[in-house]
Amino acid sequence: MVPEAEFTSYYGRPVVKPAPWGDDVAIYLFLGGVAAGSALLGLGGQLTGRPTLRRNARLGALAAVSAGAVALVKDLGRPERFLHMLRTFKVTSPMSVGSWILSAFSAGAGVAAVAEIDRMTGSRLPLGPLRKVLQAVEGPAGVEAAVFAGPLAAYTAVLLGDTATPTWNAAHEELPFVFVSSACLASAGLAMVTTPVRETGPARKLAVLGVLGDVAAMKVMEYRMDPIAAEPLHQGKAGAMLKWSERLAVAGGLGTLLGGRNRVVAAASGVALLAASALTRFGVFEAGLASARDPRYTIEPQKNRLAARRAAGVTDDAITTGS
Amino acid sequence: MGQLSGPTDPTADAHWEHNHPRKGFFTDTSICIGCKACEVACKEWNHNPQDGNLELLGSSYDNTGSLGASTWRHVAFIEQGQERIAEARESGRALVSLGMPRIGPPAAPDLAEADTTPPDTADFRWLMSSDVCKHCTHAGCLDVCPTGALFRTEFGTVVVQDDVCNGCGTCVAGCPFGVIERRSNGTIKVATSREDQHDNHPAVPNVGIAQKCTLCYDRLVDDQTPACAKACPTTSIKFGDHDDMVETARERVANLHAQGMTEARLYGANENDGVGGIGSVFLLLDEPEVYGLPPDPRVPTADLPRMYQRAGLAVAGMAAAAALAFLGGRA
Repeated sequence: MVPEAEFTSYYGRPVVKPAPWGDDVAIYLFLGGVAAGSALLGLGGQLTGRPTLRRNARLGALAAVSAGAVALVKDLGRPERFLHMLRTFKVTSPMSVGSWILSAFSAGAGVAAVAEIDRMTGSRLPLGPLRKVLQAVEGPAGVEAAVFAGPLAAYTAVLLGDTATPTWNAAHEELPFVFVSSACLASAGLAMVTTPVRETGPARKLAVLGVLGDVAAMKVMEYRMDPIAAEPLHQGKAGAMLKWSERLAVAGGLGTLLGGRNRVVAAASGVALLAASALTRFGVFEAGLASARDPRYTIEPQKNRLAARRAAGVTDDAITTGS
Repeated sequence: MGQLSGPTDPTADAHWEHNHPRKGFFTDTSICIGCKACEVACKEWNHNPQDGNLELLGSSYDNTGSLGASTWRHVAFIEQGQERIAEARESGRALVSLGMPRIGPPAAPDLAEADTTPPDTADFRWLMSSDVCKHCTHAGCLDVCPTGALFRTEFGTVVVQDDVCNGCGTCVAGCPFGVIERRSNGTIKVATSREDQHDNHPAVPNVGIAQKCTLCYDRLVDDQTPACAKACPTTSIKFGDHDDMVETARERVANLHAQGMTEARLYGANENDGVGGIGSVFLLLDEPEVYGLPPDPRVPTADLPRMYQRAGLAVAGMAAAAALAFLGGRA
């Protein structure tokens, strides 16, 4: 067995490069989740006869997904070529799969929200004969958006997991659960802010389920991932954001549970939940970038896993060979 | 979609129908003299702009730093003392005694009795190594590219199409070797006295687009040797059919071992590694991380089926949570 060498690097320079992504991408991670959960709440409102919840959730979904898409395009190196995202479909590329999910989701969410806007403005949108079409497809559009809601909330976790960025890659098993939970609590929080309490019963339940899922998935993730690659989740700016994210999620969840029938408490809890979700996304995003900047997080876990395989008798799969 | 991991022929995997041999480099760092002719030749042939602001990095004779959008060959310099040399000899010897399963001769010699009296100066040494894109069998950058801008050529190499890339940056995070990078606007401060001269320089090309070594695709299609290999004065950079490169590398490392240089080892010659072997094989004289190379790289896409599976489960959980929330019917 190769003796465990102490950590060396090339003048402390990074081995892998961090993704050239700015805060726009973290904002999208958050807004995509809000949009996804809102589409589910919108469909629920549609199917169970809660018109205000339906309307607000649909408007929220369109606003969030539009702002998120703008943030994504803005972050491209060549924004004018954003349509190149749809020139092919590549299942090996979570970014490609996600672009199609985002497009499909936006189509349904857009139609459903435009129908709401038309109703709110007393049929004043210049739709002409299209109004009848719009009214006919409004319901199916809400269903279609909800079908793509889950994939929209989860694919971003695969996008981060499928990189050589140490902390994201090491988190790939549990990150989808963190992200869908975060989407649930954020969208429920938005509904609690925008909608009177008589229609937000389901949103409150979703908020509590989201908080439970978020806290549990985060703990399991940190427990199961490589301990060295998990360090950036606890350090610096990312560590502080994730700590506050958990506190706000728990506070928002408790507020929802204990005082969710009070309009003011519900709205305050909703704001806390939205903030918690944003901090989760920014925290995970920043932790990954930090892990790519420090060669230790690339080299040490790799050396350890190589040594572990060798200790277990697997000696034929190393990139470095004696012959 | 081809194979996501394990040994394979990348050209056939990418559905090229003809029988073109895979091309690659063998970079023998034991005879690199650190002249950086490869860096210069690469820049000139590929019209790559200046990287950084001509600053001294304070790390031996390396003022380039790392591979990047505008640096497709990078010569690393490492200064080492006696203790580190002894460690490298020992770790290399341990590698040989692992008895890697391999195909065909030359067989690994028994080095227990090998004379390890240093053939060079015993007090210190300089390691010099010209790093380059690995042109992996399973390329993380290519797998995650959403636009199809990155593609597998008929030579088994990986190339960016400048007119397709929209600069999303996913490939940058997808590369386990930190090679590919998005080119920033590359504004370069120039000495005032040379201002006029620099005013006439062309604007930096391909700003905002991911850039990396193409293994001189434009030269390969004309049956020419890549610029770096052509310029290398010591044949430290060799170019040819990938199979021949691997064979040459194996013969070379066996020769060095026979001379007592147990620190010599190959990097990327094993098709069972985490990226299915690489197109640019290296002979190193110390652990890979000393040169800034990852010790156990793994293409992230190898785990993608599992990630989609986990995401699917999470989606089902989210749908179930929403359904549960609305249970109880109409308000």
